[in-house]
This record gives sequence, structure tokens and C-alpha cells, in this order.
Amino acid sequence: MTPRVARVLRRRAETPQVFTLELEPVGDGPFTPGQFNMLSAFGVGEAPISFSGDPAETERLVHTIRAVGPVSAALTGLGVGDCVGLRGPFGVGWPMAEAEGRDVIVVAGGLGLAPLRPALYRLLGERRRYGRIVLIYGARSPGDILFRRELEDWRRRLDIEIEVTVDHADSEWRGHVGVVMPFLARAVFDPAQAIALVCGPEIMMRFAAAALRDAGVAEESIYLSMERNMKCAIGQCGHCQFGPVFICRDGPVFSYDRLRRLLTVKEL
Amino acid sequence: MEGLEGIIKRHPFFAGLDEAFCALVAGCAKNVVFQAGEHLFHEGEPAEWFYLLRQGRVAMQVAAPGRGAVTFQTLSEGEIVGVSCLVAPYRWNDDARAVELTRAVAMSAQCLRQKCESDHDLGYEIMKRFTPILIQRLHAAQLQLLDVYGASA
Repeated sequence: MTPRVARVLRRRAETPQVFTLELEPVGDGPFTPGQFNMLSAFGVGEAPISFSGDPAETERLVHTIRAVGPVSAALTGLGVGDCVGLRGPFGVGWPMAEAEGRDVIVVAGGLGLAPLRPALYRLLGERRRYGRIVLIYGARSPGDILFRRELEDWRRRLDIEIEVTVDHADSEWRGHVGVVMPFLARAVFDPAQAIALVCGPEIMMRFAAAALRDAGVAEESIYLSMERNMKCAIGQCGHCQFGPVFICRDGPVFSYDRLRRLLTVKEL
Repeated sequence: MEGLEGIIKRHPFFAGLDEAFCALVAGCAKNVVFQAGEHLFHEGEPAEWFYLLRQGRVAMQVAAPGRGAVTFQTLSEGEIVGVSCLVAPYRWNDDARAVELTRAVAMSAQCLRQKCESDHDLGYEIMKRFTPILIQRLHAAQLQLLDVYGASA
């Protein structure tokens, strides 16, 4: 429970509100895509932040953070050489082993691309282990697209299908405008043996999961990464309880068949 | 070269439509091409055509004061542009602009409306195709209004 101290090795602005920090690797060993660390800004507080870097990279820990509250604002305000508190890695990540040999549909919304990026590194790094790979990414506007250069590089590959869409744009934007769901209906994959990894705002995940199910993907093959008010990260404090599960300990990644009913309970 | 009737039959919007109906609607159709930047229609104009997109991309836009043309939806191959043409007062509520070279089948809305009026079976088939698209677009607009990717969402 005691944080280790890690120095910031690099800080990069992804958008005006979203920053990527590269930290000294002081955590408890390698992480699984989809897991998170608890990062603390000293004197301000602690927050769960997903890994956003390559799991094969051992020289640094990469986290992408949007400044929305006091802790995340303090973390994104750190500079090279500054110190951050770090506990982790925690949680259950994406089912990478189960994805082997299957078509993999990755659906990201907004900052949800960050927790999915380690999975994408793994998928592309071990490309032969998987079937078709489809990434469908929705962002607020063209200026809010994360990891743009990387997306452009991946798009040049011939072994991944990538669709990026935004909610609204000006006339300069030549890409798609609209929600992610219609792209799921049009994407080329075999729903009978596909696995889907979904991360984004909960409303978007709910409808994306329903669209995947409508496309023929089994509920137990659709995985969502949930976000709740995580504090202890080990299932003790109860802050992130979601019905019968603790998001920090049992998740944050869950299969849709476990969550579907809970997602419609307004009180949760 | 493939005739209009064949193109219509293969377009997802008319998938599964009876051959005789395909022949009927083909009588309302013509091939059209729009260069990048060219408008298919403008807000306020009479809704005289609707378009089956065959290639390219069309931006649906609304002019917002101080922001210029705001794109709220793009439509591509296999989709349709111009759902307002079947609903009175048959006037466009937005602008449609080709983002890139766009090929489409344009269908005369008045011709199609007349054929639907005189053959209600055809009208029902057309409405069965329009209604899910209207619902999907309404739902998409609801989600976009919620601004789910915004910082406060």
C-alpha cells in the first residue's frame, strides 16, 4: 500500500487537456494490457491511471492522463525530473491469451484509447497470433484524437483495419463524422469467433457492446473496461463496488455477460 | 457497363427488394458525380433528390454563426443521403457537401413519392428501408448531443 517514488522521464502533450507521462519503472514488475497503477501527486492525492505504453517496454512506465480533477491536474502539471508516487500494477486486464487465434475488434472512445493502446501494441507486436484486427476509434473532434501519429503509422500497415470518427468537425476534416456503432456493423470480421475489447465512456460502451452483440459477437467474448471511484485498488475500501464486484480487484476489465444487467441499473 | 437497375439492386439500401420494384424505382434514377467540395444540396432548398452513395464521402453540415460549416455526420459508400425528401414539406434541413469525389445514384424524390403513392406495397418496402436509418441517425444524434467524450462526461 506504500507508494514507491518514480521520477518523470518525459512529458508529452497529446491534446490541450491530455498528457502522457513516462516514468521510471519502479512498480511491481511487468503489467498486463488493461491494468492500472495508482499514481499520487504528493500533497494532493492519488488516482488510478491505466497503463498506455507498450507492455514489452521495460525501460519506462507510460501513463496517459486527462486533467479533469485536482489529482489529475497536478499529475499532468509535473515536469521532467519531478516525483510521483506509484503503486501497482493492479486489476484484471484484457484477455490477451483468449484473443489468440481469433479476430480482435478494438473499440475505443475518447481517452479510452489509452488503456487499449498496450493491447494494440501486443496485438501488432505478435501479429501472427491473431486473426483480423479492427480498431474503431471515436473522439470528440479532430483536435481530440489521441496518439494521432501512431494511428497514422498503424493505418499504413496492411494487416489492421482502422476507422476513426469524431462527433463533430469543421470543413477541414476529411475523415468520418458520427458515432462508432455503424462502423461495427460494416467492419469485416467473423463474429462467431471474434473477441471485442471496448473502452470509453460508459454510455458509449453500453451501445457499442449492444451493437457487437447484434453483429453476432457472443456476450462472453465482449470485454469492457469499467471506471469507478477506485481508492485502495485491492478490493478493501469498497469505493469502487459495482453490484457484486469491485472494479479495482475484479476488473477493471469484465466480460459483457457479467455486466450487461448491472449496466442498466440506474442506481449503480 | 452495369445498368442502373443492377446498381440499385446491389446497393445495401435496396437489398432484397423485389425485382419488379427495382425496375420501378430505377425509372426515377440517374447516375451523378460530385467533385470534392461540390454541394449535393443546401439547407432550405426543395428536397428533390435522394442519393444512394456508390463511392466517396459526403459531409452533412449546418452553418453555425462564428463557426462556419459544422459537420455533424459523414456518409459513405452503401449509405443514403437525403432522408428529408420523403417527408413534407420536402425541404433540406442541412447542407450536403462532397468531401471527396463522390459517385451516386440520384433518385427523383417526386417520382419515387408518386410511385409509392400509387403502389402502397412499394411504399411500404421503401418506408421499411427508410425507418431504421431515421432511427439510427436520431440515436446517433442523441449520443452526440450527450458529448460523451467531453471532459465533464
